[in-house]
Amino acid sequence: MTDWQATAESVFREESGKIIATLIRLSGSFDRAEDAVQEAFASALASWPRTGIPTNPAAWLMTTAHRKLIDHGRRERTQREKEDAVRYEIEAFRPASEPELETAMHLPDDRLRLIFTCCHPALNQEGQIALTLRTLGGLSTPEIAKAFLLPEPTLAQRLVRAKRKIQEAHIPYEVPPPERLAERLASVQTVIYLIFNEGYVATTGNQLVRTDLCAEAIRLGRVLRDLMPSESENIALLALMLLHDSRRTARIRDGQLVTLEEQDRTLWDQNKIAEGLDLVQRAMRRGPVGQYQLQAAIAALHSEAKTPDDTDWPQIAALYQKLLEFNASPVIALNHAVAVAMGAGLEQGLEQIEAVGASGQLDRYYLFHAAQADILRRMGRQKESATAYGKALELATSKVEQQYLRRRLSELQNHLHRSPE
Amino acid sequence: MRYMLLVYSREQAPAYPESMQQIAEAHRRVMAEATAKGILEGAEPLRPTTTATTVRPQNGKSIVLDGPFAETKEQLAGYYILNCKDLDEAIEWARKIPTGCAGAEGCIEIRPLLEKPAHVLVEAAHR
Repeated sequence: MTDWQATAESVFREESGKIIATLIRLSGSFDRAEDAVQEAFASALASWPRTGIPTNPAAWLMTTAHRKLIDHGRRERTQREKEDAVRYEIEAFRPASEPELETAMHLPDDRLRLIFTCCHPALNQEGQIALTLRTLGGLSTPEIAKAFLLPEPTLAQRLVRAKRKIQEAHIPYEVPPPERLAERLASVQTVIYLIFNEGYVATTGNQLVRTDLCAEAIRLGRVLRDLMPSESENIALLALMLLHDSRRTARIRDGQLVTLEEQDRTLWDQNKIAEGLDLVQRAMRRGPVGQYQLQAAIAALHSEAKTPDDTDWPQIAALYQKLLEFNASPVIALNHAVAVAMGAGLEQGLEQIEAVGASGQLDRYYLFHAAQADILRRMGRQKESATAYGKALELATSKVEQQYLRRRLSELQNHLHRSPE
Repeated sequence: MRYMLLVYSREQAPAYPESMQQIAEAHRRVMAEATAKGILEGAEPLRPTTTATTVRPQNGKSIVLDGPFAETKEQLAGYYILNCKDLDEAIEWARKIPTGCAGAEGCIEIRPLLEKPAHVLVEAAHR
């Protein structure tokens, strides 16, 4: 790849979210804005080899895309006039001046409008995710489809449906009013964290981690933090993702899942940990306490432990307890029980796990059975442990997770054969 | 943009006269506020589904059946048509409209109305 091509692509990746956000506001249309940005990028690829890279490539792309938008408007008008004797009132399009475009690129307003619109609760979650990655993230439809292991037409359909709903139901292109900001921001944070988790946990397929989605979620997390720097939960969300991501390389060995306890901690990315720890502290100082801060604090305690035995389990259990006050979900209750088992004692933890399982809500959740199996194994109750691992194996969907469970199961079975109970 | 806000309620729930009064009062408040803002284009309560009749074309004929088109937990109980700036405004109105008709909560479905195509409006203006 030549220099100008690489520059063009990195500028596009970094700046297309800003450009598209402003063009959507000006044109009132996601499609027209996207087309204009695509064409501007094509123009860059065609003309930069001759003219050289402009001094401000982002501004060049913005101006060019804006001009394309105006051309489109003109062409559409002529087309419609030819087709129909009736003159339609063309949808409001207000061309902007050069300085206006320049200012728009440096203000967060348009990108905030974009992110709140993409993550509007009136859109379904699949649509929110696809649209956020497509517009704010600047990923192409094939790229998103590949990352989610979905056929391209499926992904394209999701985008079309979401954009059509925005247009036809008049979902506003606005930052929500103060009294709705908290709940709307929560839905933005959820979308970004879901993108991260899709990359990190990879529920289907052979690959345990899809790095591109993790990197993209972290990038979006940075954008959100920069756009609304006074929101402590935005800072905490970024911290949480960085701390999880720091362990990425250590989580897999020879295609096998490695648990936190068994990970080679020298493989943990210390730069990400340092940044994550710093962000957690900032978020906590700023307050008020929220779900992402508590989760990030838990991740931070794991990151700070030099060895598994150094882990401050009582503190982690206390944080999960606090998290339960925000979100009384059985999954968090399960994690709390595991922390109790590791800190206060296996017996007490197992009792809690059984209490959590009593509702039956986690019957189909493989990690519930895996956690129970793990505690039983530690207690030396191999037979029961093997049964629980077996249940977990039936429910796990990712090949890597299945492999891990199979390994545990065969270790237990070998042990049982050697020393029958 | 005009939105229809469809009110779905549970008919099976037991009726308490005092709560019925509160619900009617809440509807009146919403209608008064929407009227004052000049955005109320219509609002009607429906009689319960025990009075519903369904007509369905089948093999070139129409069959007439007793009851609503679908047996669901919540039944259409009434509607509002409001002229709102955008979906967010419609959502704010939906939060104010009571959904209970007889004690239990239901829900509101918001549907944008298909606006008349521009040429229809132009022709109407010339008539």
